[in-house]
Amino acid sequence: MNRNRSRNIFIFTCITPALVLFSLFMVVPTFEVFRMSLYNWGGLSGNKTFIGFDNFKVLWNDMNFIQSFQNSVLLIVLVAVITIVIAVFFASVLTKEKIFATNFFRIIFYIPNILSVVIIAGIFSAIYNPRTGLLNSVLGLFKLDQWQQQWLGDQDIIIYSLVGALVWQAIGYYMVMYMSGMASIPESYYEAASIEGAGKFKQFSAITLPLIWNNLRTTLTFYIISTINLSFLLVTAMTGGGPDGSTEVFLSYMYSQAYSNSTYGYGMAIGVVVFTFSFVLAAVVSRITKREVLEF
Amino acid sequence: MKQEKRLNTDTLYKIFIYVALITLAIVIIIPVAWVFMASIKENQEFYGSPWALPNGFHFENFREAFVEAGMGDYFLNSIVVTSLALVFLLVLSLPAAYVLSRFKFVGSKFINGFVKAGLFINVSYITVPIFLMLLGWDQSLRTLFDEGFFLNNLVVLALIYAVTALPFTIFLLSSYFETLPSDFEEAANIDGAGYFRTMFSIMLPMAKPSIIIVILFNFLLFWNEYILALTLIPGDKKTLPVGLLNLLAADRAAVNYGPMYAGMVIVMLPTLILYIIVQKRLTQGMTVGGVKG
Repeated sequence: MNRNRSRNIFIFTCITPALVLFSLFMVVPTFEVFRMSLYNWGGLSGNKTFIGFDNFKVLWNDMNFIQSFQNSVLLIVLVAVITIVIAVFFASVLTKEKIFATNFFRIIFYIPNILSVVIIAGIFSAIYNPRTGLLNSVLGLFKLDQWQQQWLGDQDIIIYSLVGALVWQAIGYYMVMYMSGMASIPESYYEAASIEGAGKFKQFSAITLPLIWNNLRTTLTFYIISTINLSFLLVTAMTGGGPDGSTEVFLSYMYSQAYSNSTYGYGMAIGVVVFTFSFVLAAVVSRITKREVLEF
Repeated sequence: MKQEKRLNTDTLYKIFIYVALITLAIVIIIPVAWVFMASIKENQEFYGSPWALPNGFHFENFREAFVEAGMGDYFLNSIVVTSLALVFLLVLSLPAAYVLSRFKFVGSKFINGFVKAGLFINVSYITVPIFLMLLGWDQSLRTLFDEGFFLNNLVVLALIYAVTALPFTIFLLSSYFETLPSDFEEAANIDGAGYFRTMFSIMLPMAKPSIIIVILFNFLLFWNEYILALTLIPGDKKTLPVGLLNLLAADRAAVNYGPMYAGMVIVMLPTLILYIIVQKRLTQGMTVGGVKG
């Protein structure tokens, strides 16, 4: 009996601080996002009136929001596709081929992942600088002057410049993830396939890809969540949504509505839509890519 | 004849692989190295070719960044916030993870699910409500004491960092505690050790490898974070990334590149040094259960 009581006291003391703070600083604010989206909340004055779903109706016709929506979707798709191709290629090369200094390459490729987004913004501002930037001067070096661009000044190009920065920072992380999946595939499969006369590409498509499929599927959800988040952090640090809203993404638009415009309710309505969208997108993607899990 | 052709494509393939590997390595390492080089250049050197080597070591940039741009103070702030946040995180998460993974009690299943749901909450979404909540608390305090407490407070910022890292940390530590056999606890029980004693002197020391991974990951997370720091510290007690953000904006306008790159070096040098020391643990630990921020 006594032991039972001290067990309860122990359990209570151990979990209460974490649970209380978790509820206070994460769960309550999350509910606040949903609640505030139903109010017309006019900034710091604290005037709020309940308006139901009016914020969402306005959102439906807000061209700036639609622009940020298009930008976000474009970023998610391009970053995911390009990163997967590059990361899977390098992961399979580093696990399957006998490469000199495998470790060296793995260490180097992972470096962008440990840098702050602010640093990445600074680095890519230097790379994309039109006059003294690294990219334009490399193009000049190879006599490709006609490819030189205003990478951060041209509204049609800037979004692809952001793709470059996001892919640059993501490759190493996902490569390491895929490498861990590939490392567990038994070598004998490849030997057998090689004896049967299967080439490298055939081996990749018939053995590697099906066996890391689940690994790939999980990372698709990561791409959706992390691209929404990182594109916001990068845009805020690098372009501030400009020029002229051409790099505004989901959360940066939410942020600018909430702060600069002081329409908190409207900003939170954007948050709700984005959150729902990312959830639904992740569910749909995971549904379509479902295959029977292969055992090995 | 056929053999020879095969050999040829193999060699070509090998060459292709190495070219690809080296290209990517260059694409990643050159910009980072270039920042280091730029940080010791004098201002007029930036108008020439970006590939020119620096004329000399212009350490004046670092002095300007540290003193005039305030990066020295911000550095100290970042150290305070990061280390406090790590302490808070371990104090909160270790007992909780231990109990949640090894004790069955009324509601334990629900609480586990509750914490796991937190994995889906992204800090970027809830920054605004957190800010408004702290602002509200401060306003009520001001009517009583003439002074706010929650905004512009590095300790509060550290606590919020720790809390936002809780779901993932508890998830990671729990999955480790679950793998330990229960023999240890039974033996400790027979020897008369109470629950607290068992946890502190037997179970927590065994979790050391996981604790190290938790510290590494969250050090990077806390050190590099800027959106919460930017929002919750509107005053001058900034952290390094926020200070760097100002430096990026100000120096682009005033075209004073040197201190900006010096500032970038100041922010990334600690993480790079740490990475070089522990890179193996970090990339292996990531596969234990990686969720990207």
